[in-house]
This record gives sequence, structure tokens and C-alpha cells, in this order.
Amino acid sequence: MGELRRRQALGILLTYWILTESCAANRSRRGDTLRVRGSDTMLMLAQAWAESYVSVDPTVAVEVSGGGSGQGIAALVKGNIDVANCSRNLQPEEAAEARKNTGKDPQEFVVGYDALAVFVHRENPLEEITISQLAEIYKVGGNLSKWSQLGARIPSGRDRIVRVNRQSSSGTYEFFRDHVLNKEDFQLGSLDMNGSKEVVELIASTPGAVGYSGMAFATGDVKVLRVKGSAGPEAYAPTVSNVLSRHYPISRSLLIYTLGEPRPKVRKYIDWVRSPAGQRIVADVGYVPIAAGGNGVPN
Amino acid sequence: MTRQRLRKGKEVLIEGLIRLCGISATIFVLGIFLFVCREALPLWNTESFHLTEFFFSDQWYPTSEVTKRYGVLAMIAGTFSVTLLAMLLAAPLGVGAAIYISEFCTPRWREILKVVVELLAAIPSVVWGFAGLTMTSRLIVRYTNADVGVNMLNGAVLLTLMSVPIIVSLSEDALKAVPDSYREAALAMGATRWQTTWRVLLPAARNGLAAAMLLGFGRAIGETMAVLMATGHALTIPTSVLDPVRTLTANIAAELGESPVQSTHYQVLFLTGVLLFLITFAVNLSAGLIIRRERRN
Repeated sequence: MGELRRRQALGILLTYWILTESCAANRSRRGDTLRVRGSDTMLMLAQAWAESYVSVDPTVAVEVSGGGSGQGIAALVKGNIDVANCSRNLQPEEAAEARKNTGKDPQEFVVGYDALAVFVHRENPLEEITISQLAEIYKVGGNLSKWSQLGARIPSGRDRIVRVNRQSSSGTYEFFRDHVLNKEDFQLGSLDMNGSKEVVELIASTPGAVGYSGMAFATGDVKVLRVKGSAGPEAYAPTVSNVLSRHYPISRSLLIYTLGEPRPKVRKYIDWVRSPAGQRIVADVGYVPIAAGGNGVPN
Repeated sequence: MTRQRLRKGKEVLIEGLIRLCGISATIFVLGIFLFVCREALPLWNTESFHLTEFFFSDQWYPTSEVTKRYGVLAMIAGTFSVTLLAMLLAAPLGVGAAIYISEFCTPRWREILKVVVELLAAIPSVVWGFAGLTMTSRLIVRYTNADVGVNMLNGAVLLTLMSVPIIVSLSEDALKAVPDSYREAALAMGATRWQTTWRVLLPAARNGLAAAMLLGFGRAIGETMAVLMATGHALTIPTSVLDPVRTLTANIAAELGESPVQSTHYQVLFLTGVLLFLITFAVNLSAGLIIRRERRN
């Protein structure tokens, strides 16, 4: 009996060894993994790229995770990932940190453009909003707190403006703070969501809500407002043409960062992302592709 | 001879292992507490951090471009308001269910109800959070004049459902611990079932019921995922049950991953952890003391 059991144990061990060995062999044959992390705005896009990239280079597996632009940069600076997705520009302190930790300078690649769309509940009669009104709604000491102040009446009788916001590691949050609030603080008491999708879902079920996210997250459940900048008299919707013509006042570049000159496999991925094939996916997901050559950053 | 010695050696070895298992919980608790304290400790020498601001300010701006401020008053208020509201709902519900299960229902129903209550305890908190986000919050928007569905009431309803199983099973134990002679004496005096329960059993089981509620409170105050999803995560000191709130636990969960390691923000989050640890420790300790006093009587 004891003998039999020992033999069984040996058999199990052997099977386990064979399995793990063959898996390891399999992995080395398949080549390496490319670790991508960062912006929640770009998460859908990065996942779509990763799916298609399998057919471009089967030896590379692209691993994508979100968490926010800040987290992506933090992981890149520590050398934990190959590529950081970022929906805002790298801050000087972050670049300095990267130099200090790894001795390499972060490299920036523009991979698309995005317009920051402003949403309200679909029953909200408001059609357009100005940048300064947005600032008065969101910033500390802002003087807009009721929809009636904007001349809008919400059908269900609720008048308070419910501010929907993002968590502080979000690149979208920082972009909004820097470009709409002019780096002033957000007023406390907003509902701080952990993702753009959550922002849109919450606004869809909250009659008095207002919020913002990347243009690709717009759904039929919410109303997208036209936004008027300080320059012109007209308000524009966040569409591809308005972003390319630079009429839409809050648009930004979608960026990819690597540490130093990327290794060949990473380089190949980035080149593909910026190629017409990669850029077609940008348009499919709902963002604005970079023009041929990739020049001309709006804003 | 040798065989006997071998057996003795085995005995000593097993005893040692079991002793290790026994004290391991203590080691873990102390270890975690020390680790959390160690991460928060550098704050004493940080210029931009003041303990009075931490406790008495509601200004939480860990990433501000103007001045960084670290006040958790709004989160303390949020944590206690949502937990106390949950206890106001859970205590009568839980004790009522325990009374029914232990005193009023038939043995068959008793078994069914106990299994179902345990099942309630087995639902993962993220599932509760999901229900709160997609179901109860919409009901709240529809049937009240609340501006937002994800608010204190929504979180409290979920916490109620999550802490009720604990309160029910501990209260039921407390009621069962009351000797049958009490029930028989009450019956002999001509008391009805309800009179027996209200005048005899509840006073006799008083301490056990209080401990059950305290442990339910401890469960609710430490809950993270469900409140993160269901309370709106807004930094306000609530003035009504329909205001959105942010709890200490949810704030740690949402921000720890994004704060740079060893930054002041990171250390303050760990200090929040110390605060939470002390709160739950106090709650559990008082529950333990109450139970012990009851046993001694």
C-alpha cells in the first residue's frame, strides 16, 4: 500500500515536471511579452491594439492594464513595464525621477488625439457650455451650483448640479484641472469615479449630473454638450473634424512613453501603432487618428 | 525503549507546531500593525503634515498644484455616518430575526433559515457593491428626491445586509445560552411567548446581544469594496442620509495604488490605516470584554 502511494506521488511529480517544462519551452518559443500600462482613457484602444498585434508579430504577446496615467508613468519610472500609456504630458518631476532611477530619458510618441467630452443626463435641456462655466462649476469657490443659473430646467425637478469627477491619478483629471481650472483646485464633494466608463454610467442614471471623459466613451445614454472656448463665439461638438481643425477647445494628444530608446520589439510595436493599420484602430475605437507623418499636435 | 522515545519526540514536535499555529494569529496581527505604523512613521518629521489638520480638517487635496492638504475629517464623518445608519437598520432586523429563529419558529424552518442567513454572509462584497451601483441606487433616485443614487443610504442598506448575518447568528447564540429554566419559570407564571421574550430572554441575553451588534458594527466599518462602489466616493460631511459620502476604507483602496511609494500622500494613507485599525480594535475589544463579563456572571 505504502509502495503504491509512493509510486503515485512520483508519477504526479513527473507529470507536473513535464507539464511545466513544456510550458516554459512553449513560452520561450513564443517570444517575449510587452508590458503596457497606464491611462484609463486609452485602455480600450490599447486592448484593441494588443488584439490586432498578435497577427502582426506572433512572437510578441502584448499585456495591457489600466489604472490611470499616473500609475503607468510610476511603473515606467521603476522599470516595471515597457510602455506607458498617458493621456497627459509627462511632468518635469516624473522625467527627473526616471533619469535618477534608470539613467534614461523618457521618450514620447504621439499616437492619437482625443477631445475631452462633457456629458449631462439625456433629459437635461442644456445644449452647450463654455469653458469658464465649467470652471465655475468645478473649481473651489466657483459660483455655479444650480442648473437654473445656466437657464436649464431638469424635468424631474432637481436643480443641484451633481459634479462627477475622476480619481486624482487620472490623466483626464489632471488635464481638466490644468486646462479648464487653470491648475486651481477642484471643489471637494464631487463624485470621484475610478474610470471613464463609470463616469458615463453614473451620469446616465443621475438627472442632475455633469461630467467629462475621453470622446470615445460617449454613449447614447448621455448627452454630449457642445463646448465654447474663450476665443470664438461658437460652440463645437467633440468630433474628429473639430479636433483636427482645432476648433474644439479641450482636445489633447494621446501619448505613449518608453524609457530611453525602445528595444527593437517595442520599437516595432510603436511603429505599427503609428502606421495606417494602427491608426485605423484609433478611429474605430472613437478617437482621432494622427495625420500622416504624425505632425501637428492640437493645443 | 527507542520506540517510546521516538513517540515522545513526535509528541513534542506536534505540540510545538500546534502552539505555533495558536500564536501565529497574534504574530500576524502585531506584525501587520507594526508594518502599517512603520510606513506611517516618517510623517512625524514631515513639514507639510500636521496631525491636527489630519483629524480636524476636511480639506483632502493630496495632489493639489496649489498646496497639498491632508485632512480626513470628511472621511471619518462618512465612515461613522454610513456605519451608524447601517446599524440602526441592522440591529432591529438582526435581533428580530434571531428571536424568531430561536424562539418562535418550528425546528424545520429554523434549519432552513439558518442556512439561508449563512448564505447571505457568503455573498462577496463586490457583488453587493455591484447590486448597489446598478439596482438600489436607481431605486433611490426614482423614489426619493435624492440628487444622486449612490449615497449614504445606499451604502447603509448594503452594509445592513452584510452585517445582519453576523448579528443574527451571534444573537441567536446569546438567546440560546439563556437557560431553559428561565423560559419554564416564565411559562409557569402564565407569561405569553412574547412576554417571555421581551421581559425575560432579552434582559438575560443583554450582553450577548450587545456584543453581536458591536461585531456587526466592526464588520460594517471595515467593509471596503461595497462602499467604494455604492456611496458615491464624494468628500463631504453629510447633512442628510441622501448625501454621497467617502469612507476611510474606500479612500485607501482608491488611492493607495496611485500614490508614489514613500511620498507624504502614501504615508498619510497608511496613517489612515492605523486609524482604522485602532477603531476596529477598540470595537472588537469592547465586544470581547462584554462577552467575557457575561460568561463570568
